Amino acid sequence: MKNRLKILRAERDWTQAQLAIEVEVSRQTINAIEKGKFDPSLPLAFKIARLFEMSIEDIFQDDLSS
Amino acid sequence: MDKSNKELGGWQAKQVRDTFRLGYWTAAWLVTMAAAKFGPELVWQSNELISSLAILINLGVGFGMILANKRCLEGMDEMQQKINLEAMGLTLGVGLVVGLGYSGMNVNNLISFDDEILLLTILMSVTYILGIFAGHWKYR
Repeated sequence: MKNRLKILRAERDWTQAQLAIEVEVSRQTINAIEKGKFDPSLPLAFKIARLFEMSIEDIFQDDLSS
Repeated sequence: MDKSNKELGGWQAKQVRDTFRLGYWTAAWLVTMAAAKFGPELVWQSNELISSLAILINLGVGFGMILANKRCLEGMDEMQQKINLEAMGLTLGVGLVVGLGYSGMNVNNLISFDDEILLLTILMSVTYILGIFAGHWKYR
């Protein structure tokens, strides 16, 4: 699964640690999600989407759909 | 997001507290286990009542440690839980396969020394630690 998390975070000038605190995960988890090594659960994806005030599809994209 | 005023998040602070709590329970369990094992010989001269009490206390503290571990796991985020699940699965598999193989070798007198539960415990501990490291490496 691809995602735009790193870009969206950079646009807001947030660090991985700050984002991690906001969505209540570790900084390592944010790093793994950004690198596409770990796919977040649906509740975590919703939490991230709410924080960025976007829909899940605007942040996460299925590999097959691209 | 008010990033300037954010300190260690509540979730992360709770995780640190849970980890310390698990550490205290583990230390207490080790102390009570040492007391139950070495006390009869070195302290209370094989008094059965005290030995039984020491074992009961060790079991009680052991269950406390299990609950603290459960709480610690529940407090982790989903990737940390996945890393732990994979490490525990590996540990269970290695412990079962190697432990039963080791026991089989002992039954068939293929090894000259008695099978010790301590060796299995060490093997499982080392496997779990390696599993955790491997998980962090995989998702780094």
